[in-house]
Amino acid sequence: MRPLLFILSAVVLMSLAFWAYRENYATQRAQKDVTALTREIAHLREALSQQRAEWAYLNRPSRLRDLVVLNFDSLGLLPMEPEQFGRVEQVAYPLPPLSLPELGMPVDTMGLISDEMEDTP
Amino acid sequence: MIRTPLRPLARILSARAKGENPDYIERENIRLRAETTRARAQNRAEGRLLLLGLAFFAAFMVVGARMGLLAASEPMEPRSAGLGAEISGRRADITDRNGRILATNFSTHALYAHPKQMIDPARVALELSALFPEMKAEDLERRFTDGRSFLWLRKKLSPEQMQAVHDIGDPGLLFGPRDMRLYPNGKLASHILGGASFGAEGVHSAEVIGIAGVERALDSRLRDPAQAATPLALSIDMTVQTAMHEVLETGMLMMNAKAAAGVLMDVHTGEVLSLVSLPDFDPNDRPTPLLKGDPADSPLFNHAVQGVYELGSTFKIFTTSQAMELGLVNANTMVDADAPLRWGKHRIGEYEGKNYGPLLSVTDVIVKSSNVGTANLALKIGGERQQEFFKSLGLFDPVPLELSEASGAAPLLPKRWADIVTITSSYGHGMSASPMHLATAYSAIANDGVMLTPTLLRRDSPPAGKRILSSENARAAALMLRQVVTRGTASFGEVDGYEVAGKTGTADKVKRGGGYDKGKNINTFAAMFPASDPQYVLVVTLDEASDNSSTRPRRTAGWTAVPVAAEVIRRTAPLLGLRPQIEYAPLNAVSASVQ
Repeated sequence: MRPLLFILSAVVLMSLAFWAYRENYATQRAQKDVTALTREIAHLREALSQQRAEWAYLNRPSRLRDLVVLNFDSLGLLPMEPEQFGRVEQVAYPLPPLSLPELGMPVDTMGLISDEMEDTP
Repeated sequence: MIRTPLRPLARILSARAKGENPDYIERENIRLRAETTRARAQNRAEGRLLLLGLAFFAAFMVVGARMGLLAASEPMEPRSAGLGAEISGRRADITDRNGRILATNFSTHALYAHPKQMIDPARVALELSALFPEMKAEDLERRFTDGRSFLWLRKKLSPEQMQAVHDIGDPGLLFGPRDMRLYPNGKLASHILGGASFGAEGVHSAEVIGIAGVERALDSRLRDPAQAATPLALSIDMTVQTAMHEVLETGMLMMNAKAAAGVLMDVHTGEVLSLVSLPDFDPNDRPTPLLKGDPADSPLFNHAVQGVYELGSTFKIFTTSQAMELGLVNANTMVDADAPLRWGKHRIGEYEGKNYGPLLSVTDVIVKSSNVGTANLALKIGGERQQEFFKSLGLFDPVPLELSEASGAAPLLPKRWADIVTITSSYGHGMSASPMHLATAYSAIANDGVMLTPTLLRRDSPPAGKRILSSENARAAALMLRQVVTRGTASFGEVDGYEVAGKTGTADKVKRGGGYDKGKNINTFAAMFPASDPQYVLVVTLDEASDNSSTRPRRTAGWTAVPVAAEVIRRTAPLLGLRPQIEYAPLNAVSASVQ
């Protein structure tokens, strides 16, 4: 009985040692991963704040104003004015659909308006 | 253990045989026994003391070693501290009330040199001077070769400049990471934000400290690592600030003014929505303060908060509302306004020597801006009660605003409050206050007579205030101010739909040596709108403004500050979401007959 117990405990000890060895390396690897991730998070956060600053800089009111002035042709933006406030009553109700009968057999007619047009092909 | 008997028979017998006293033997033995006991106890005690000493020594050694280690080691961030988001060494951002960034941090690098590791100092000096215009080659070379081992070269580098320095390729040039304070909106809120610079500098990091404005006043909050992730939200509305800045800048130019200031406050919360002082500066590149001359000439001077001026007739509404509050008069009481008023050797007259008297209703005293009428009201009130009321309006103390400049800008008061001071201060002369003071006091009237502490920080709920005027009197005062715009000195202040109410103030500037400078004035317009239910208070001040569009320059507030303020209201009120109200004109004979 006794030798069996000895062998068994030796085997348990060795397997525990092996487990501890693997655990140790797994921990170290996890720690390294965490460090790398933390660094990456810090990096991303840094980039985020950088981009936020850049966004704020690009959206500074003086620049937007200049852009509005430059692109007045396509945007047509003006400062907000009191007259732009509307009231609900000022919005028209949608018009009821016209109840005219359908047109049957439309006929195209063509004609000249003046004599001068005759020269054009 | 074998114990020796106290009376060993052999020794007793031999002693007896010798004729000695055997008791001595017993005594001797007792003494010996006691001595051994004592020696043992001493040994044990010494042993314990030694053990205790050792324990203490070890404990102190541990403490000492830990302290030494902490002092000697480089600070390092914990590696596996889970989510490190909440605690950060950076300075907190500053945003406006809607979360738009006003101040943030930017990573950059500082440049320093280790001249002893430098390979070719002469070439490095030459190339650096080519990169940075402020550096001189011979100067740098001398400093690189005079035996020092460390040298700061530049506090901030742009990425391009850093690459260029990299390209010089000398191992003696090194970079240190830096957090730089960035104000993306430039001049927009310069006087509110103030500015920041570097405090203690190290190779690996540098402290960023606020040097003016909110940055300095709330420095500890902004630097608190626990709150670094939550931005500090100001009460400023960036859109409104932009509109006001633009209008004031144009107004200052058109009215040929030296400086301008504008304050817009929400009367129900005491929040300052916009605060502009012109001329201003770029907080990213703060100019150096003036060393001589008038500090008010520097762009760093905040005219809205630091500019303590005699604000003129804008004070008249305080006198009339107090007289109403004390029950001395009501809005229609006729008061003596016979100009000029003689008081001792002093003579109080009206603008351009007019006479509105002999009697004028209290409303007309405000509408016509009668100095004499106000003076007579003030004499009825008396100096002591007047001082108390001014104190409750905050006109005697620095404005409690979160700006480092605010606490230094106390109102200028005469040392002795004589009757003549009671008279002059009733119409805003003889004592000086800042436009910010005026805005706070007008807000109290506009807020149904409840005084609130002004703030630059966003408030989510209105604070408890102190009632200084009854609701009826506050409303009556607002209606009087409304008539100043409809039929009085501020007729240019009318903005369709916003029922502007306000009071103009024109005061000659005080000369440096004493006395008044006739050609230079401070023009102020303090307004609240809409008059029937005041929401906002606006104060616009122009320094040395004159309207030169006609043959002779017009220097009164009605011609200068009022049109500018009206334009500010026209631009900002829609931005604040204030809907214009339709005012029904009273029916005249023609329209009445049509209906």
